[in-house]
Amino acid sequence: MTSHSEEAMELNEACLLEMKGIIKRFPGIVANDDVSFSLKEGEIHALLGENGAGKSTLMSILAGLYLPDEGQILLDGAPVFFQSPRDALKKGIGMIYQHFMLVEAHTVAENIILGEEKSCILNKSSIEEEIRCLSDDYQLSVKADAKIWQLSVGEQQRVEILKALYRKARILIMDEPTAVLTPMEIRELFRTLRLLTEAGNAIVFISHKLDEVMEIAHRVTVMKSGRVAGTVATSETSAEHLAHMMVGRDITLSRKTGEEPGEQAAISVQSLCVKGEKGIPALSEVSFEIRKGEILGLAGVAGNGQKELAAAMNGLVKIQSGTISLLGQDVTDRNSRELYEKGIAFIPEDRLGTGLVPNLDVEDNMILRGYWRAPFSKGPFLQKNAIADFSSRLIEEYSIKVPSRSSPVKSLSGGNLQKILFSRELASEPMVLVAVHPTRGLDIGAVEFVRQKLLSEKKRGAAVFLISEDLEELLDLSDRVAVIFKGRFMGIRDARTATIDEIGLLMSGVCSERGEPCV
Amino acid sequence: MRLRLEKRLDDRWWIKPLVALVSLMLALIAGALVMECASIPYYKAYILMLEGAFGSVYGLSETVVKAIPLMMLSLGIGIAFRMLLWNIGAEGQYCMGAVFSCAVALAFPDFPMAVMIPLMIIAGFLGGALWGAIAGALKAFFDTNEIITTLMMNYVAIYFLEFLVYGPWKDPTGYKFPMTAMLSPSSHFQQFGNTRIHLGIVIALVLMTLFHIILTRTRWGYEIRVAGENREAARYAGINITRNIILVMIISGGIAGLAGTCELAGIQHRLQHGFDLGYGYTAIIIAWLARLNPISTAIVSFFFAGLIVSGDHLQMSLGVGSGIAEMIQGIILFFVLAGELFLNYRLTFRKDRR
Repeated sequence: MTSHSEEAMELNEACLLEMKGIIKRFPGIVANDDVSFSLKEGEIHALLGENGAGKSTLMSILAGLYLPDEGQILLDGAPVFFQSPRDALKKGIGMIYQHFMLVEAHTVAENIILGEEKSCILNKSSIEEEIRCLSDDYQLSVKADAKIWQLSVGEQQRVEILKALYRKARILIMDEPTAVLTPMEIRELFRTLRLLTEAGNAIVFISHKLDEVMEIAHRVTVMKSGRVAGTVATSETSAEHLAHMMVGRDITLSRKTGEEPGEQAAISVQSLCVKGEKGIPALSEVSFEIRKGEILGLAGVAGNGQKELAAAMNGLVKIQSGTISLLGQDVTDRNSRELYEKGIAFIPEDRLGTGLVPNLDVEDNMILRGYWRAPFSKGPFLQKNAIADFSSRLIEEYSIKVPSRSSPVKSLSGGNLQKILFSRELASEPMVLVAVHPTRGLDIGAVEFVRQKLLSEKKRGAAVFLISEDLEELLDLSDRVAVIFKGRFMGIRDARTATIDEIGLLMSGVCSERGEPCV
Repeated sequence: MRLRLEKRLDDRWWIKPLVALVSLMLALIAGALVMECASIPYYKAYILMLEGAFGSVYGLSETVVKAIPLMMLSLGIGIAFRMLLWNIGAEGQYCMGAVFSCAVALAFPDFPMAVMIPLMIIAGFLGGALWGAIAGALKAFFDTNEIITTLMMNYVAIYFLEFLVYGPWKDPTGYKFPMTAMLSPSSHFQQFGNTRIHLGIVIALVLMTLFHIILTRTRWGYEIRVAGENREAARYAGINITRNIILVMIISGGIAGLAGTCELAGIQHRLQHGFDLGYGYTAIIIAWLARLNPISTAIVSFFFAGLIVSGDHLQMSLGVGSGIAEMIQGIILFFVLAGELFLNYRLTFRKDRR
């Protein structure tokens, strides 16, 4: 960290970019309220804030995606107006989104020049040469003629960076770039970012992970509910102080207290095989047990079969072979409703896509699981009073902030959506809780709520299956951590003794001490 | 200066009526311009249109008569659209309903009214339901695109009806006109007073109420609402989507079939060439404008019927061609639909400081 503070001192003090008094309103909220932000040459400036704090809006304005309602953008001291991302790119501002904008079936080179063709006839070799030079300069090892679908997530991200550099971007905006990477890939990314800034580029690094921000950034701007809470140099602050600025109060996240799980296995999965979307095996021969009162964590880079495993455990995909049993009773191939009634509750990854119905109101969403039976239905009719009582009770018990019971849930914050989901799923006191990325995209307050809930479920005696990309969270909460890679379990480790490095290696498919790949 | 559309931040109560009013005014002005060019006294034309549809007991009753099939068709379409089933086959289902009902009336001309009418209603529902169910089953089991199947089946139904009236069902005493014989009086719906308003209005209003209750108060309505908004969540909730797709298509087609029955038994009393008037397509627009809400559907249907009746009236009393009347209908529709945009978006002007 000290080396950065020195760098910070040496930075060219002239501002490359200034955003002044930016105001952007969306229906019902002011996403950016008089926000000012500046960027110096050669600087990595982190934009830190909880979800919904306005980071993405601010950067979307800078990238030309939104027009600000008020305020000014100065580039090299001169005012600029961006009507579209193309305008912004012309001025050297490139954004790298969390979800990459790449054409899977095309090669790296084709993706990089897409929309930037300099003449009708493509000179393939000269383009590839140009890309090779760029990637050598910044140690972004990517083969220009490889197809995108052949690349790992980390490599795809490098293609995105090359794409921006090829378009002569001087300012790179990176939206939560580390969310999809393994710890090793994160280290490589950071090396690239340093090389980029040494060459005079400036980088905006959007994140909500404090340790990463402290490691890589020179300065940090913290946003809180649409406003700037402050801008500080990382050399003059601490992670604790930043956390305080983000939330406005001190928060320590709950972690497990060391109670031993019970003896009896609540759920047991044996040799589970599931086919993925393209007919390729998404899960092969997955076996594990979770005991009562145990939290089993599942680590893995996104797309290695976590989604399919959670779906299979909740009756949402067809099981090719293998069995799932609950307290010794075979429940393979039951549908989602039957499994819920038997005691498997599910917090899906995609809250508004799977777990909730965005346009329906709070009450309707509260009864999604139990609408068909008493007390919510009697004969063909819904029982409005019972539904209202149930909803009010949960809203109060979980202190869910809703305008009213009849407002559509799509307008609620991520934290409140997650509270609705948890309250509904836990209302039946399930034996097993499967939670997929339950804290992703939540603000710190809501993260703490989720962690407490998971731990209190463990205490109650439920078996919790926690799928997460946040290794620290997994180690903080789980009793054991399993690692999945290409649809196979690489191993299950005791969370008390496992290290992040060990798990990280397993995540990348390496399972022996000597670093040999085992699949 | 630069003009931009932005999403509305607020929804104030006066926006809807204001947009509707302004759209209508602009439509009238545009229509007036065209009529001026055609040397038609537009002021008089508009008065005539208003009088024709809403200005007299006769006009009003004719508007209601036209509203009956429109309302039933758009209710049927609306419930399918709720489930994201794009049933554009109401026209064919309407024809099949009429054909089935007509078959009952032709086969048993001596049945008393108390047996005949219920039988025709059941047959009409079944005819439409069968047509809807075929598309529904194809969708549910093979994921066949229902837009294509329902549309294609319209032609099958329309030509089947034509085949019957040109062939086996042709009235032997009808001077070779392509139509069936007049159906026996026991198959005629009760008409009210001196108007042509018939039993169908009761059926339509009952259906509207029923649909409203189903959607808001029942378990099945809840399943439709969930499955229509979010298929994934429906699966997660254990809703049987396959079964619901078929069921909804049966109901949707059945209601369209009933509309055919009502038109047959209430107004035409015989099948003939051109029995279908394209109402099945108009009803799609009505269902959308009413946002698939059963009660709004009834209201929008009434105004659409008014538009049709006033056009006819204009044609008759001014002696203008059907083209002018249809053009005015088209212009009004165009402006009203375009106005929809401003319910969700507002225009903003901003000074460019470039």
